[in-house]
Amino acid sequence: MDLNFSAEDIAFRDEVRSFIAENYPDDLRAKADEGEELSKEDLLKWHRILGKRGWSAPAWPTQYGGPGWNSIQRYIWSEECARADTIAVLPFGVTMVAPVIMAFGTEEQKAKHLPAILKGDLWWCQGYSEPGAGSDLANLRTKAERFTGDDGKEYYRVNGQKTWTTMAQHADWGFFLVRTNPTAKAQEGISFLLIDMKSPGITVRPIITLGGEHEVNEVWLEDVIVPVENRVFEENKGWTCAKYLLAHERTGIAGVARSKRGVERVKTIARSEMEDGAPLIKNPFFKRKIAELEVDLIALEFTELRTLAGEASGKGPGPESSLLKIKGTEIQQRITELALEAVGHYGAPYFRGFGEGDNEHPIGPDYAHRAAPTYFNGRKTSIYGGSNEIQRNIIAKAVLGL
Amino acid sequence: MDFNYTDEQTMLRDTVARYLADTYTFDARMAVVNGTAGKAGWNPATWQAFAQELGILGAPFSEAHGGLGGGALENMIVMEEFGRALVIEPYLSTVVIGGGFLKAVGGAIADTVIPQIIEGKVVIAFAYAEPQGRYNLSDLRTTAKKEGAGYVLNGHKAVVYGAPWATHLIVTTRSGGGQRDKEGVSVFLVPADAKGITRRDYPTVDGSQASEVYFENVQVGADALLGEEGKGLPLVEQVVDEATAALCAEACGVTRTLHALTLDYAKQRKQFGKAIAEFQVLQHRMVDMFLEVEQAVSMTLMATLKLDEKPLDRAKAVSAAKIKIAKACKAVGQGAVQIHGGMGITTELATGHFFKRATMIEGQFGSMDHHLARFEALTD
Ligand SMILES: Cc1cc2nc3c(=O)[nH]c(=O)nc-3n(C[C@H](O)[C@H](O)[C@H](O)COP(=O)(O)OP(=O)(O)OC[C@H]3O[C@@H](n4cnc5c(N)ncnc54)[C@H](O)[C@@H]3O)c2cc1C
Repeated sequence: MDLNFSAEDIAFRDEVRSFIAENYPDDLRAKADEGEELSKEDLLKWHRILGKRGWSAPAWPTQYGGPGWNSIQRYIWSEECARADTIAVLPFGVTMVAPVIMAFGTEEQKAKHLPAILKGDLWWCQGYSEPGAGSDLANLRTKAERFTGDDGKEYYRVNGQKTWTTMAQHADWGFFLVRTNPTAKAQEGISFLLIDMKSPGITVRPIITLGGEHEVNEVWLEDVIVPVENRVFEENKGWTCAKYLLAHERTGIAGVARSKRGVERVKTIARSEMEDGAPLIKNPFFKRKIAELEVDLIALEFTELRTLAGEASGKGPGPESSLLKIKGTEIQQRITELALEAVGHYGAPYFRGFGEGDNEHPIGPDYAHRAAPTYFNGRKTSIYGGSNEIQRNIIAKAVLGL
Repeated sequence: MDFNYTDEQTMLRDTVARYLADTYTFDARMAVVNGTAGKAGWNPATWQAFAQELGILGAPFSEAHGGLGGGALENMIVMEEFGRALVIEPYLSTVVIGGGFLKAVGGAIADTVIPQIIEGKVVIAFAYAEPQGRYNLSDLRTTAKKEGAGYVLNGHKAVVYGAPWATHLIVTTRSGGGQRDKEGVSVFLVPADAKGITRRDYPTVDGSQASEVYFENVQVGADALLGEEGKGLPLVEQVVDEATAALCAEACGVTRTLHALTLDYAKQRKQFGKAIAEFQVLQHRMVDMFLEVEQAVSMTLMATLKLDEKPLDRAKAVSAAKIKIAKACKAVGQGAVQIHGGMGITTELATGHFFKRATMIEGQFGSMDHHLARFEALTD
């Protein structure tokens, strides 16, 4: 056991640090700093730059074009990205559907989709949840009926409604869970389909969330025709893919490196905000809260490192990843809480779709502008990706055997 | 000891509740908030209905001024009902705060302005916060300089709720002493359109409108001074305590509705073949939310009943209440959203809007830390 980085690790860190410094687009940074909503092109820009360098998918094996980094290198990579405050590469392609395609897909599916995902050519969305199927995902109703087309080929006709589909407004492709056998038991009649979002019969409607964001959508599918070769794995075995994917989704969710940045941001705010003529950071009560948060974050970090070490020695991400999800999201939410608390009165102004104020008449400090919306929006993290109640149920059952 | 409302108080509560249930629906409110029903955040007809139809703008004022002869309890009753319906109209700044200052100083200015408040003609915004001041009421850079018979005001007030449509501003200033001295604070009632006042208006995250208000050589007469020059801090503290108690009452309404919405939702929403209300972990969370609401209601009543006590006892009572209210707002707000799942974070359901208001109440007139420190300082 050794806590220190090796000389190679340090060389690797310096390499990625200077790559980020030299290649991260300035306009992206400016927009993110000002809390502007990023366009599809903005969101893909960094992904594409990394794609060219071969670094867009840190966890992929080299046979599919991944960099072949070990877990320490991946850890360093996420630290460096957070340190430089880059936008994140969207997870739906790289960390969600791609591992499923690698594990269960056909050679054709791999050839068609993996390179495009790596390069950031196409945008993916996740069509799992439905109005009646949230935590109880297996209750999904969207149905896919198989038929033979006039061309003699096999197709599915898909009908139903998905909801909470993140960024579906930009998506080129979606991976969907659909019911292919209506009479089988809940988990058994489900299949995993890749659907071209430009297919006739797909309608995407926005859902506006508490901070004013357009982040999630309703997706309606009406007689959408999908070739059978777009199904991943066997018919009615989609639940196997879904479970595999959920485990992958949860590891990333700890967000340690981003949370470290978040804590730093709270400290920066607390150094600027004044209370009785002194910076807020000098207030022992506020300082204590930051300290508690930092300690929680260290505990999360070392728990994640232990989990990663386990994975490296061959154990797949197991139910322990539920722990990372629960603690990771609690910390993320706590950061947004403290930021809002720190900005005081200037948490109230609402800026979206509204001028930022001019230099002569600024509406509070810039760091305050998104504090409240970020806090509101952050409540999602204990709901999505399997709510924290569901994660506790998983630990109770699968880890504690209760 | 008697915790019962009088018949008049019960009637006041029922009148307000019925009116709001009939007219102040979620959709009607959102139309005003979003400006689809005229000016964003302000519907003059509603204010006139409060004044004329319901007569509630006179709730805490004496009959001699044309009011209902009530006081802090009446404010509590109105504010709790307003919280339940998420009312954005500026009762707090106009009736509780504006009225509070005027009642406290009395005299000619009170005799003139209070009847105009009751009639709905005067709408007041409270310009007290400053960018550097946080929750310290005497941390003031806005200055009032004596000049001739009157004063000249200069400075910048931050996040003044309701300023865009106020007819008058109540402004806290420094007329002497150092930036945070307890002495040297003076309070003025200033027409909102006085020469030298400029505003930058914006919406707030909880559905209101507010402004940055700038004073540049604003001249006011000696009659604009509320109370004594340089001795305004105790007056400000008293009125802000009254306002904080009224805000606590609003929070009781907000959290009660949040709790009720959550219970309803949990009973209807089915997952895994049953109502999610059947999951014990959610039941316990809803019970904890209920405990928070009940304590918030108790503390609000306690603080309201102690508003007339000695400043020290009053301050302790109000800070204690605000501490519990901040906790309740956080626990009930976060719990409500969590139990609603994805539906909790949409702007389509009322729940999210109540959550946002609850969140802003946590910090209004002082965060939990601020009031804990104040309570501690007064206790030992
Ligand atoms: C911002 C956001 C983005 C999302 N993005 C996507 C996406 O891209 N694709 C996609 O498919 N889905 C997405 N989701 C959906 C997400 O996965 C669901 O919201 C989540 O599964 C919860 O489902 P629900 O919202 O229907 O809540 P419900 O399942 O109705 O849950 C309501 C409450 O009941 C609790 N509960 C439910 N069952 C139990 C139980 N057995 N024991 C104890 N408590 C229980 C929950 O924890 C929650 O508190 C997103 C959601 C959000 C909020």
